[in-house]
Amino acid sequence: MPVLAAAVVVVAAATAAGCGGGGKPGEVVLVTHDSFAISPAVKRAFEEETGLKLRILQAGDAGEVVTRALLTAGNPEGDVLFGVDNNLLARALSGDAFEPYESPELGAVDQALVLDEKHRVTPIDRGDVCLNVDKVWFSKHGLASPTSLDQLTLPAYRKLLVVENPATSTPGLAFMLATIATYGSGWKDYWSKLRANGVLIVDGWEDAYLNRFSGAAGSSGDRPIVVSYASSPPAEVLGRKPEPTEAPTGVVEESCFRQVEFAGVLRGAENPDGARKLVDFMLSRRFQEDIPLEMYVFPAREDAALPPAFERFAVVPDHPLELPPAEIDANRERWVDQWTDTVVR
Amino acid sequence: MSSRAWRRLTYGLPLAFFGLFFLYPLASIVERGLRGAGDSPLDVLSNPLTREVVWFTVWQAGASTLLTFVVAFPAAYVLGRYRFRGRELVSALTVVPFVLPTVVVALAFLALLPAGMERGWLPILVAHAFFNVAVVVRIVGTYWASLDRRMAEAAATLGASPLARFREVTLPLLAPALAAAAAIVFLFSFTSFGVVLILGGPRYATIEAEVYNQAVRLFDLRAAAVLSLVQLLCVLVVVWVTTRLEGRLVFLAPLRPEIDTLRRVRSTRDTLVVASGLGVLLVFLGVPLAVLVERSLVVGGGHGFDAYRQLGHGTSVLLTEPWHAIVNSLVYATASTAIAVVVGGLAAVSVAGGSGRTQVAETSARPLGTRLLDGLVLLPLGVSAVMLGLGFLIAFDTAPLDFRASPWIVPVAQSLVAIPFVVRIVAPTLRSVDPRQREAAALLGAPPGRVRREVDLPIVSRGLGVAAAFAFAISLGEFGATVFLARPDRPTLPVAIYRFLGRPGETNLAEAYALAVVLMVVTMLSVLLVERVRPNRAGWF
Repeated sequence: MPVLAAAVVVVAAATAAGCGGGGKPGEVVLVTHDSFAISPAVKRAFEEETGLKLRILQAGDAGEVVTRALLTAGNPEGDVLFGVDNNLLARALSGDAFEPYESPELGAVDQALVLDEKHRVTPIDRGDVCLNVDKVWFSKHGLASPTSLDQLTLPAYRKLLVVENPATSTPGLAFMLATIATYGSGWKDYWSKLRANGVLIVDGWEDAYLNRFSGAAGSSGDRPIVVSYASSPPAEVLGRKPEPTEAPTGVVEESCFRQVEFAGVLRGAENPDGARKLVDFMLSRRFQEDIPLEMYVFPAREDAALPPAFERFAVVPDHPLELPPAEIDANRERWVDQWTDTVVR
Repeated sequence: MSSRAWRRLTYGLPLAFFGLFFLYPLASIVERGLRGAGDSPLDVLSNPLTREVVWFTVWQAGASTLLTFVVAFPAAYVLGRYRFRGRELVSALTVVPFVLPTVVVALAFLALLPAGMERGWLPILVAHAFFNVAVVVRIVGTYWASLDRRMAEAAATLGASPLARFREVTLPLLAPALAAAAAIVFLFSFTSFGVVLILGGPRYATIEAEVYNQAVRLFDLRAAAVLSLVQLLCVLVVVWVTTRLEGRLVFLAPLRPEIDTLRRVRSTRDTLVVASGLGVLLVFLGVPLAVLVERSLVVGGGHGFDAYRQLGHGTSVLLTEPWHAIVNSLVYATASTAIAVVVGGLAAVSVAGGSGRTQVAETSARPLGTRLLDGLVLLPLGVSAVMLGLGFLIAFDTAPLDFRASPWIVPVAQSLVAIPFVVRIVAPTLRSVDPRQREAAALLGAPPGRVRREVDLPIVSRGLGVAAAFAFAISLGEFGATVFLARPDRPTLPVAIYRFLGRPGETNLAEAYALAVVLMVVTMLSVLLVERVRPNRAGWF
């Protein structure tokens, strides 16, 4: 059998077996990152309301999702993309991958979160990155929990901090940006001091939080300060059986860096109508109130009710640190290189 | 089928498969990267950081390969020489680390290694050895078990010492298997990514990790493309050297069914040899695995089976009940093993020189397609998985090649990694088939098809069984491509583990470890089973 014939057979078999990419009629495809979650009841509610089947395509972490969306701009893998955050925003908008859409539900959203005035992307949730402290550890050792970034350079807090590498981790990047927002051009000096004070750098959130941080359930870690999320304390409460009456961990409010996640209709979507319906749904109270327990972040909508554990144990910083997305995008690579030179080499 | 048509099929089909599902997507993404904006290729190449990364990648891969052999060789000897109760079980156990997700293994290592030692190049090498022990134990052990012992016995009769027998007889006979195993371990370590990130700390990066960093973190597709070409070049050199070596190392060593070659454990000396050879390995593999089992049983302050009971309950983490992941994994693995055995088996026949021809004539007269295939087939092990994944995305996005969302793309992608194993395990076995046996069969009137079926197949079947088991295990454990391509409502076990690890809270963590233990058990059982279904297990000639 000639080579060509063999190739034809393979392709034909492949085409016959496959159902092709993109969406089928009556279906809307949500492209998103691995941390996306929705409770089955809420997913069903969307499908019953609209008569559309919701297919979820999880495509790696937020960086991978944006990379894929830019590579496939105009001929996207799905109809809606969720998971672009403010750190990736300028980059994501640079590639003409989104179709503008202003949802009628947008009025109910905290307007400080609307970062694209052309509405190519719509804010869905906020999940600020903050230093978390192991309150139990600090009271056992008779040491005050830190309340500012400055304190971390003091000898009393030597070898207590673990952070994620900004080159490989989203919360790590956010924390580096928090120090840039706080110290301006002096941020590298601050990191030199952290380095001299024994900061531990690890690759990702899993290792930092689950393994190195002393406050995580089941961890044998010995570092009582970690870079995590504002929502981690309620997660610690909910993840334990029996549930403790007080959160064993807390948040250093002054260290929080704003993280907003957006959704957008993809240009060239097979089902643009369904895509817009899905964005509306993601802003509805039903979905917004499902967010905290599913994704451990906070709803963008101001009138969304929080679950009791979040009401009691979560801190929503009033004035988190911020940097303009365009500035982040223009400097990200240089900053990460400088950080690596200062802290690692 | 005529001999000629058969020969064309043996390289035509694998070439078409690799061309379509490997070369085409890879070329698409590299071309896109080089065309796009970003640092100029020369800048990337002249950057001292690039040189540092390349150097680290090469030396850690070499050192990892060496360490893997040190740990695995005694066990390969024991499994290749002795018959004892539990032999198959031990052999199946070695495959378990091979399929475990890197995050899970890295977490176990971090818990085990003493403080101060848990990050740096040493834990990277240890983890690579942990993952790759199976490659050496099974490829070398299996080949060893089918070596005819009469040559070594003859040497002994002629007065050769055990060391001389090993050096002069056994080692040369084993050489093709050693080369094949070394090449695979080297390439796996060379492209290692997760292990290096987690256990190396921020100082260490392989080329693969840097490709990921450039493509996904810094959005510099051009630098990523250049780096992936550098990686490809290194891999080509390795492939070229090992295929040359393998070609030169072939001796006409008649292979025998292992039933004839293995000897029972009789004396105290035998017992000591078996116990020490396997003891080292079992401790090395067993301790990290035991940590995983222990962690899956943690409930609150104590221990219990809560995490396992939860496996039957639906959860939003997966959009399905966790036990469905077992079924999905098995379905994908079966499909991808079938693809790997057919495509890889044909390629092995072609690479080994086809049937019905003599050994000497083969090397010079091999058709170009066959020679191409010989090197091509190893490449998926060494090429950047990140770039290949992105390549799938842009290469298969328009009709008639719009496969992005098709469910069968998952086993196809998995089989790309499994095919090199099939070829590298089966080809040395095939090469060793004594052409005189085929000639004798032909002389007695057997048509070519029958010669293949009744001479080659039985001898190859042992290798084919091991290869199929590897293919199955690879597909069970494959994560990078699967998480990229599999639908979230149909997660495989590694994908499910990863999703649970990504959620905070003790219960999710225990669930992740419980699924890892399930993956271990499923792997062992399926490896034992797959090796059993090979045709004509014993008894021919």
